Amino acid sequence: MPENLILKVKNLEVELSEEKIIESLSFEVKEREIFTILGPNGAGKTTLFKALLGFITYKGEISWSQKDLKIGYLPERLSRSKFKELPISVREFFKFKESSDEKILRMLKLVGLENPKILEKDPGNLSSGQFQRMLIGWSLIGNPQVLFFDEPTTGIDIGGEETIYSLLHKFWKERNLTILLITHDLNIVYKYSTNVLCLNKKAICSGPSREILTPENLEKLYGTEIKFYKHTH
Amino acid sequence: MDNQFILSLITVIFIGGVAGYLGSLMITKRMVLIGGPLGHLALPGAALALLYHFNIFWGALGTIAIGAIIIWLLEIKTKLPMEALTGLVFAAGVALSFLILPVSQAEEALIGDISKISLMDTILAVILGIIVFLIIKKIYSKMILSGISEDLARVEGVNVKKYNLIYLASIALIVALEVKIVGGLLTVAMLVIPASASNNFGRTLSHYSFGALIIGIISAVFGILLFKLIGFSAGPLIILSSSFIFLISLIFKRKQ
Repeated sequence: MPENLILKVKNLEVELSEEKIIESLSFEVKEREIFTILGPNGAGKTTLFKALLGFITYKGEISWSQKDLKIGYLPERLSRSKFKELPISVREFFKFKESSDEKILRMLKLVGLENPKILEKDPGNLSSGQFQRMLIGWSLIGNPQVLFFDEPTTGIDIGGEETIYSLLHKFWKERNLTILLITHDLNIVYKYSTNVLCLNKKAICSGPSREILTPENLEKLYGTEIKFYKHTH
Repeated sequence: MDNQFILSLITVIFIGGVAGYLGSLMITKRMVLIGGPLGHLALPGAALALLYHFNIFWGALGTIAIGAIIIWLLEIKTKLPMEALTGLVFAAGVALSFLILPVSQAEEALIGDISKISLMDTILAVILGIIVFLIIKKIYSKMILSGISEDLARVEGVNVKKYNLIYLASIALIVALEVKIVGGLLTVAMLVIPASASNNFGRTLSHYSFGALIIGIISAVFGILLFKLIGFSAGPLIILSSSFIFLISLIFKRKQ
């Protein structure tokens, strides 16, 4: 594998319940890329994540540059209600990954949760914005090298969404991070992403974000005309 | 105090405590209803044991083990909702037991008979109780994480399938031990009620899990004392004691 390559996928095929979800998919991700997977609902984006993470069986090749890469993962639609079902504090949730209170507090502060009493709080009682920040902090603690974010701003208003992405962008700039991202927000992709893979079972297009996000490609991907305004500022 | 009473007391303390502790995991794992069908699966085993005069524990454990393996395989192999699997296993267990259960002995199999506890039963309860407690303590936090999200747990290196199997085996063992005390009908209550009460009292995971263990023990002791005083079956009295504690716990319920 070439030196700066972190992930190589070749002829990937995934079948779930005898239905082909992903077909002959090949792509590469380099170190320190923000690699976005774009596609309509049911295109196989989350399934691709699960295959890359080794949760499901697949045919083809998925090779990582190292075997013991540290992975951070924020799954799609992880709901607050799961936390409401049991009496767990933010501290206890972070203890699954990190034992030092000091490190946990430092991370929570970095994601904008500065209240010193935050450790005692029940994650189920945080606001949706705070909850999502907490999850992002959770996925970032322990210095992961690769981050998988599956629609990290679902259920968050536009202002909150922008804050979360600028936060992620800040982390990405400061650390040696490779981010694989699933999002539907084309503005976010345009603004932050370095490379894009357009997926609808197969690769429809791929390359640097600013070259890929053309009306023609988007129509090919979504099957309908997509109006997207490039912000050039 | 006679020996029989002391044996009963030791047995219910160990089984009640560990069942409560184990049950505190079940609430988070969408598996609350597994304890019910497993208990009902113990019925055909208990019926066979009563018919052929061997220890109910072994009969119950045998049929539960088969049931647990079936549930585990079905969970992996099918996309059927858990309720469907639960219903299927539950119904088959009950139907089978009523085919072979002699009516005269039905009560013992259904709601247990604490007066038949032998020294062997007590030794089994203590040894298996301690083993299951230590196993569950070791996998507790991993199971809680996989209850929140299996994917998060997998990323943290938790082998979800393996832990689910260990966990189901632990439930099977405890349910088999419970059959002697509360019978095949009420096993799920010993697992779920102390945990539900503790969920209302607890503010943190550690309070919650150990709270369930303590409430399990208190209900069991209370039930046995009532049995000694008024002479009704100990099994239902243990369950009613824990239900009473649950009612009290509602006062302390966390705000959502």
